[in-house]
Amino acid sequence: MSRLSLRTFTLLQTVTSVSLSALAWAVTGVRPIWSGSQPSDRQRIYFANHTSHGDFILLSACLSEKERAITRAIAAAEYWGKSRLRRFIAEDLLSSVLISRQWTSLEENPISVMLSVLDQGHSLIIFPEATRNMGDELLPFRSGLYNLSMARPDVELIPCWIENMSRVLPKGQFLPVPLLCRVVFGAPVSVAPGEERRAFLDRARAALLALNPRPARDD
Amino acid sequence: MRHEISILIIGLFVVLTTASVTAAVLSARAPKPLSATLVNLTQRINAWWVMVGLMTVAFFFGRYGMTILFALISFAALREFVTLTHSRRSDHWVLLGMFGIVIPFQYWLVWTAWYGLFVIFIPVYCFLLMPAITALHGDTERFLERIAAQQWAIMISVYCVSHVPALLTLDVPGFEGRNLLLIAFLIIVVQGSDVLQYIFGKLFGNHRFSPTVSPSKTWEGLIGGLVASSLLGALLSFITRFSPLQASAVAFVACTMGFLGGLVASAIKRDQGVKDWGHLIEGHGGMLDRTDSLVFAAPIFFHIVRYFWTA
Repeated sequence: MSRLSLRTFTLLQTVTSVSLSALAWAVTGVRPIWSGSQPSDRQRIYFANHTSHGDFILLSACLSEKERAITRAIAAAEYWGKSRLRRFIAEDLLSSVLISRQWTSLEENPISVMLSVLDQGHSLIIFPEATRNMGDELLPFRSGLYNLSMARPDVELIPCWIENMSRVLPKGQFLPVPLLCRVVFGAPVSVAPGEERRAFLDRARAALLALNPRPARDD
Repeated sequence: MRHEISILIIGLFVVLTTASVTAAVLSARAPKPLSATLVNLTQRINAWWVMVGLMTVAFFFGRYGMTILFALISFAALREFVTLTHSRRSDHWVLLGMFGIVIPFQYWLVWTAWYGLFVIFIPVYCFLLMPAITALHGDTERFLERIAAQQWAIMISVYCVSHVPALLTLDVPGFEGRNLLLIAFLIIVVQGSDVLQYIFGKLFGNHRFSPTVSPSKTWEGLIGGLVASSLLGALLSFITRFSPLQASAVAFVACTMGFLGGLVASAIKRDQGVKDWGHLIEGHGGMLDRTDSLVFAAPIFFHIVRYFWTA
């Protein structure tokens, strides 16, 4: 695919992305742990656990500037499209792609929206739990991951465990507590021949869970 | 004071250069690939260059430099401590307060030399009010563990660390305007003791001091390190008001406390299932891995000087 057609960052988006990555580092000292995959500018879908608005900022802070410029986070239109300010932050500053959970028209179909972004050559960051998780357990995955993988089998699916973000910036809070965070990037997963939707989603979920460097201690 | 500082800087430069050359010679002679110990040794020495450089810069900015540097050290240490210990969603405001209120306020007390509040703000006011806030949130799950961890976090990372710049507020007769040298004495002796214990341990270490807590600490390292750092203290007495004998006694106490600090830090890390507090300093681990001894030594050193040498 031609990289020439790729719409990269505007100046505003570049400034936002560089300053947010610097902020993420100052607050959380974020470090990537490449455990099963390596940094690469090939097209990828990063899928991660989701507990906080800071998640995708942390994840993109771990990517190189070049990768960051072609990577788009997928966010919920129900939340980020609610007001003009939120839409401005999500789309114009953070260059995320808004998708609708309750879509009505065919153009709003989340899968077709995400596929069209992939077809422009972008990498994606998605949160297959589809909501910020308040509990301690990883929620079951939505089907999107499976559908994207079936439709674009040559795009790598990379599981990314984001550590501690639920403590740094929990849902409902707006001031972050500075705690050290790591993002663990695992080995790519892909749909095996003939694999069922649910079986694949559970396997992808297990692959993500396995990356947690400090599983909860049951004491 | 300029004279003493020049001697210290030249001395540190000579020591670090010797260390770098030694490590380079050892690495050149050793079979390839290099052992983990040698790689780590080189990383540690390189990090020492950076740390000594930063301290020197902070020194030239005097009271400003020291207060800001140690406030930042507190920030990094507190972040490591809180990251490692258990907390819950309902602790968010208390944790924010530790970073946003406790650190700035404690260092403001250092800056204004308000001794009366400086010594009790954390052990009295924070000690009582933080668990009260936690209780008001109504979440009692693992309550004692959470409030205990918060107390320890600020005592270690903020209260103890802030005693280093607080040395600048002491009035030692005949030593006016030269208190920076007290900080230099404490840091060189305590960090020097860490290095000397490491060297004696690596060269002669045979009998483990406490296998269940820290496999790397040996009796040979401890005794060799303490004796050598007491001598180092006597050697440095010229930058202080201490006689050589007093200086070696003070250095001995500070370094013994430093050793115990390292031991306690190891026990906490072992309990939490990690090897290092963090990764801030290449080859050393986190900020607390480098400062655990200073944390235990600083308040005792502060009070010894305050009791025996101030008016």
